[in-house]
Order: sequence, then C-alpha cells, then structure tokens
Amino acid sequence: MPPTAPLNGADLAWMMTSTALVLLMIPALGFFYGGMVGTKNVLNTILMSFATLAYCLVAWAVVGYSLAFSPGTVVIGDLRWAFLRGVDLTASHPLGPSIPHVIYMAFQATFAIITTALVSGAIVSRMRIKAYLLFITLWIIAVYGPIAHWVWGGGWLGKLGALDFAGGTVVHVNAGLAALAAALVLGNRTNYGRQAFLPGNVPYTLLGAGVLWFGWFGFNGGSAVASNQFAALAFANTFLAPGACAVVWSLLDLLRTGKVTAIGVASGIVVGLVVITPASGFVPPIWGLVMGAIGALPSYYVILWRARTRIDESLDVFAAHGVGGATGAILTGVFAVKAWNGLQDGLIAGNPNQVLIQVVSVFAAAAYSFIATFALLKIVGALTPLRASVHEEALGMDPTQHGEEAYTTGEGAILVLHDGGTEAKA
Amino acid sequence: MKLIVAIVRPDKVNDVLEALYREKVQGLSLSRVQGHGGELDRVETYRGTTVKVELTEKARFEIGVSEHFVERTVKAIMTAARTGEVGDGKVFVLPVEKVYRIRTGEQDTAAVTPVGVE
Repeated sequence: MPPTAPLNGADLAWMMTSTALVLLMIPALGFFYGGMVGTKNVLNTILMSFATLAYCLVAWAVVGYSLAFSPGTVVIGDLRWAFLRGVDLTASHPLGPSIPHVIYMAFQATFAIITTALVSGAIVSRMRIKAYLLFITLWIIAVYGPIAHWVWGGGWLGKLGALDFAGGTVVHVNAGLAALAAALVLGNRTNYGRQAFLPGNVPYTLLGAGVLWFGWFGFNGGSAVASNQFAALAFANTFLAPGACAVVWSLLDLLRTGKVTAIGVASGIVVGLVVITPASGFVPPIWGLVMGAIGALPSYYVILWRARTRIDESLDVFAAHGVGGATGAILTGVFAVKAWNGLQDGLIAGNPNQVLIQVVSVFAAAAYSFIATFALLKIVGALTPLRASVHEEALGMDPTQHGEEAYTTGEGAILVLHDGGTEAKA
Repeated sequence: MKLIVAIVRPDKVNDVLEALYREKVQGLSLSRVQGHGGELDRVETYRGTTVKVELTEKARFEIGVSEHFVERTVKAIMTAARTGEVGDGKVFVLPVEKVYRIRTGEQDTAAVTPVGVE
C-alpha cells in the first residue's frame, strides 16, 4: 500500500454514490432517445447509449482519462496515467484531494461516457453499428479528452478563469456541436422532409427524463468532489431549475398550440438540467430558479426553427444541449455570487468580465467540438461506410444492424437447431 | 368495376399514397399484414436461440375503381412501390359483382365515383 493521504469518509461515500447516479443517466438517456424513434429503430437507439458504457468506458480507462486529467500542457494531458498506471487508492491533488484517485477517475469516466452518448441523438435510424462503435471509441479520446482538459484538467480555459461547475461547456456545448457536425456528415434520413418521423413510445421518453433528473443529482452534486456546502448548493439548484424550465416550456406550448405536450414537459426538464449544470455550484438558489425559467426560451425556439430547416439533427441534441449549455454557461457569468461559491462573482455581483470569459469558453468548446467531430467522422467514413443502405433503413436498424426486434410476435419464426442443421417450427 | 388489391412494402406506403393522390384515386383501404413471398428469410438471435423469420411486414391496399381507372391505378402502384429487389409485392385486379354506397344506396360505378366527380 502507498502511504495514505487524509481521506474523508463522507466525501468518499458521496462520490461513490454520485458516480453510480451518473452511470444510471446513460441507460436513462437511451430510453429518453429510444422513445422518440420508431419501433424498428428503438433497440438501436437505446443500444447507442449502452454501447458507450462498454466501448467508451474502456477507451477512457486505457488512455482517455490520462489525456484529459494528467497535468501535461495547457492543451492536452500526457500519458502518465495511461492504462490506469498510478491511479491508486491515495488522493490525487488537486483533482480530488480527499478521495482515492480511482474514484475520481470513475466519476469523470461517467461524464465522458454520457457526453458521447448524447451525440447519438443526432444520427438515429441511419448509422451502421460498426462505424458507430469506432466513432464513439475515438470521439471520447480525441474530442472529449482535450475539452475536459482545457476546463478541468489544468488547461487554458480553467487558467483563464472559466466557470463550469459540472459541464456546461465540456459536456453540453461539446455534445451539441458534435451532434450538429455528425448530422451534417451523416446526412438526413431517407424521406426526411417528405415523411413524418413520429415517436414510437412517448412513455419511454418520460421515464428517461425522470431517471435523468434523478441521476443528475450525482452529476451536479458530485461535481463538488466533496460532501460539502457546495455539493448542497448544486443539489438544491438541480432540484429547482428543471421545475422552472418545465413550467416555462409547458406554458410556451400552451400559448402556441393550446395544449401541454408530454414530450414538451420531458424536454423542459432536461433543458432545465442542462442550463443549470455549469452554474449549479456557483449561483444562489433563487437565481437557479430564474436560470431554469430563462433557459427554456432559446432551446424552445431553436427546436421550432430546426424542424423547419433541411438539417436532420434528429432528436435536437444541438437545441437542447448545445444551445442550453451555452445559455447556462453564459448565465453562470451573470448570476455567480462569491458569497455563495467562495470563488468568483458574476455580472450582477459587479464582475462583468466573467461574462466575457464564459463567452470565450463557449466558443472555444463549440469550435473545437464541431471541427474535430466533423474531421473524425470523415476519417471513420474513409475506413468503413457510415450510412446503412436505403434498403436497410427502410427495414429499420434493429433487424439489419442487430438481428433483433424490440417487440417480437414469434409468428413465422423457425427455430434453427444447431445439431445437424435440422429445423423445427417454433 | 374492379377491386385492386396491392401488397407492398410498408416503407413504400407513403410513395404509393402520393402516386394515387396524383392520379386522383381517392377511395381506398389500407391494412398492415404479414406475409411471405420470395424474400430470403431474416435470421435473428436472442441469447442462444437463433430463428429464421419467414413472415415479413407488408401493407395491403384495397381500392375499388371503375373500369377507366384500372390502368392508371395499377400503373401508379407499380411505379411507386418498386425498388427492384425481391419483396416488392404484388398487384391483383379482381372482378367485382356489385358495389353499394351505404349512405346513398348508389350502385356500381356511381358508388365508386367520389362525391363531386363526374
């Protein structure tokens, strides 16, 4: 055993809990997205999230974590922690001074994994699984790693003073712009704009939104990397902002169409969570509530606008996460109060410069994510075709990419026996 | 009068509807069916169980038309539903003995002619 640093039991308990909570958000996201696609693509869509739990998790442990969080330069970390060498049971300064390094690595892994899974919403129902698996494995290393390093791993945006409590730029702006790039490279679903693509299971989407909210307490609360008053502030804001956002979202629905939609309430909750993410440990609860309410507006109208464009960014990852994340990151610079966060004031507390720093961090993350994702998909596409054929798309990704269906009847299924190739009716 | 029964790919339904609309063919029924033509079996695996799925999802149109509409209806379906791959479906044209419109009691050609069209 290496010499033990002064670990804190309460911090450790909360960080292990938070890690498990964020992990649960990944299947929840699968259901949130899965409910919004047709029944021939639901397994594929949910699996796109689950696959990140396998491929991205391994890529993170092997090299991603080291590149994102080891000291290195201000642009990228080095390989000192590759293959988890040196990631042990002692505390790692300054990342997680009171918890074992392995838990900090695991906690950060869940962030990297869910960010990758978020991107999948842009390209549902048309991507070949082989290309997708290669894409996500490389994306977490080449796109997530550097941006996480810039903000949290000792990189230039962190040094500049950018405030990002739990990932407004690193997770949400990043995922949103990557989603836009992916939708542009992959191209539209066949018949997009001619044919309506309706959600196959709206209850899944509501279930997903509910579980996402539950997991998000670990996402934001855990980003204090301690069980302290900042975790409590983040927890309270995670409780307040989504409610306010869902109120505004459903009222906008009500004014526009006279009806409150279920997908609208689910989207309002998720966007509220996105908006409060960068601010959760920095703003007083009343501003958390206000941020949730204001945060509904840009995403709501970008979703309406996007549906009228020719861009099939299918499940509006850009509007919800890119726009919501940018709104949250910039509003963090407006509403931060040093008396609450012990770190930095924002505009209303007399520090307008913070807004400028936040804007720089949003644009830096957005630009790198868009360009790097675009290039990465072009490279993957040169190695293996990205798109399923028109015929496969017509049959759905579930039977063509996975050889399975979500809702089988068994009618017409003939059992294939392996002893001598005889067949019997099922 | 004829009854046109067309079995087509479900993903071609919108194309067929669009083509029929352009030909001003208005009265039709659509149902989802499962069937087997010349298509290759689809293989699926669930844990250790491997199955060949013989039945494929298809859509079935039923359209009652007067004589001078038969050819253009069939042509519209044939063009819109075709991909060139095995499994595009069939069009059957059946003789019809008698047609009644329930609301008015109109019979035969008058019963299959949409309201307001001569």
